[in-house]
Amino acid sequence: MNVAALTQPTAQHPVVAPPLITVDHVRHVYDNGVAALDDVSVQIGRGELIGLVGQNGSGKSTLAKHLNGLLRPTSGQVEVAGLDTRSASLAEIAQHVGFVFQNPDHQIFCSTVREELAFGPRNLGLSPAAVESRVALGLEAFGLEAFADHPPALLGFGLRRKVSLASVLSMRPDVLVLDEPTVGLDWRSALELMAIVERLHEAGHTIVLITHDMRIITRFTTRAVVLRAGTVVADGPTRSVLLDTDLLRATQIEPTQVVRLSGELWPDQPPAFEVDELVQRWTGEGRRS
Amino acid sequence: MTRQNAGQGRAPQAPDPRADLVLQVRDLHYAYPPLHEGDEFVDVLRGVDLDLHPGEFVSVMGPTGAGKTTLALALNGIVPRSTGGRYRGEVLVHGASTKEHEVAELAPSVGVVFQDPETQLFCMSVEDEVAFGMENLGVPAPQMRTRLAEALALVGMSEYRTRSPRQLSGGQKQRVAIAAVLAMRPSVIVLDEPTSGLDPIGKHEVFSVVEQLRREHSIAVVMIEHECDQIAQFSDRVLLLEAGRVITEGPPADVFYDQEAVARAGVCIPQVAEVATELNALTGSAHRFLTVADAFVGLHDQEVA
Repeated sequence: MNVAALTQPTAQHPVVAPPLITVDHVRHVYDNGVAALDDVSVQIGRGELIGLVGQNGSGKSTLAKHLNGLLRPTSGQVEVAGLDTRSASLAEIAQHVGFVFQNPDHQIFCSTVREELAFGPRNLGLSPAAVESRVALGLEAFGLEAFADHPPALLGFGLRRKVSLASVLSMRPDVLVLDEPTVGLDWRSALELMAIVERLHEAGHTIVLITHDMRIITRFTTRAVVLRAGTVVADGPTRSVLLDTDLLRATQIEPTQVVRLSGELWPDQPPAFEVDELVQRWTGEGRRS
Repeated sequence: MTRQNAGQGRAPQAPDPRADLVLQVRDLHYAYPPLHEGDEFVDVLRGVDLDLHPGEFVSVMGPTGAGKTTLALALNGIVPRSTGGRYRGEVLVHGASTKEHEVAELAPSVGVVFQDPETQLFCMSVEDEVAFGMENLGVPAPQMRTRLAEALALVGMSEYRTRSPRQLSGGQKQRVAIAAVLAMRPSVIVLDEPTSGLDPIGKHEVFSVVEQLRREHSIAVVMIEHECDQIAQFSDRVLLLEAGRVITEGPPADVFYDQEAVARAGVCIPQVAEVATELNALTGSAHRFLTVADAFVGLHDQEVA
């Protein structure tokens, strides 16, 4: 699998200022009067892999939909790659931000996998040859060649998930927003998908990952933003955020078993975050509690 | 503590252990009919056996496409009655074959709750939702009111009875879907990925309700799930299904430590089981942790010793 081939050369830079995305004092009130976001400010640098955490109804999806202009702030401002989402068109924003929905069926609508992957680049106005080349690369990167002429709707859930991700990547967006990408996948498929996400990150993509799975947050993200009732209650390196047990309890987020176990075994030390770390500490000197 | 409770719902060993089975699956084979005429039948189940006692909690894990949902649908006869296809072996509900009884006859005994509560809730209020199945069964009105109140109380949703299902959280919707099934007084409930898409609070609500139902009301549970931490904590038995066959079956403390079967099925195991497996290999210990509490006690004791 050659995921790096799906990355555009401009996305190869390390994290640099100014931020690629700036969410500035954003408030969002839905038509029914519910304020889903209240004074949210987040800056996202190029090349980050950020986890967005919080219970359902905390505002995660509302915030994510502000990053690609699907929703616009009631007040405050969102800037994506220099575009103000209040004035930029969805098509302009879509060139920078790809959004992968939780349910792949919300974005699969073509009659073949090939057509699905061609749809985005064709809408960008690329030449037929360029479209064809992107489709070929996408099919190869996700191992979908054998299904190119299949109707995506008849594929299994894991494959439909790959098709939805491949079709978004056909647009070569700098930023990928993934809303619960592993829901409904078995564990092996979830890890396969996260391996793809990791490679895209290594290749320079900026990734915003919404998930409830704390194993995935702990293992894959470098920064975590925690939302609760429409406000950001924590934003920092994932491992630092996971140290704040009071905050996690208040947001009803349960750390992984390894983090909880090491907290019980060594209450005065920072936790181990992965199985190997805990086992090493236990068998080594750290066994003296 | 939950581990101690885990076996409580299981029936005591009678002279004939099969005498009180609520559900038996015997060498079940099933193939879906082809989508296009002339194509091959699609083999999904290739010889599945399962015995279920009152109050037993059995979890089914396995990769997508292993046949988990098909098995769930076979338990109340939807497969093959509504799906056609090739069927061999049998499913007995209280000794009655699903081949000889209509789905409508079996529905009160075996209630099925699906993954997405949205697709099952369509009424104006929570109480209409729960009453719907009973109306279809022709339950008399006074009895219906009693059962409605009981079912909502069991899932902790009594105070929401006049609300619209649309105003509820994901976990609450799933609890209403469970109440609707409970109102039929089933002896088995089958849940197909009931917590998929729910947040941690919602997942906890569903597992707590199900645990209470089997413990206090001896309702047997078959749950298809990917959530290994809760499965390890709550199940009496785990069944790993792969390519239509049961590759291993037993208490979580055996199945999650069968490294070959776990790798073959590609399922997750609790991190504390990973910790125990690594420690056992390194130090020769014989830990079988299933929960953080198990692991803490086990490691703490080892340290003191």
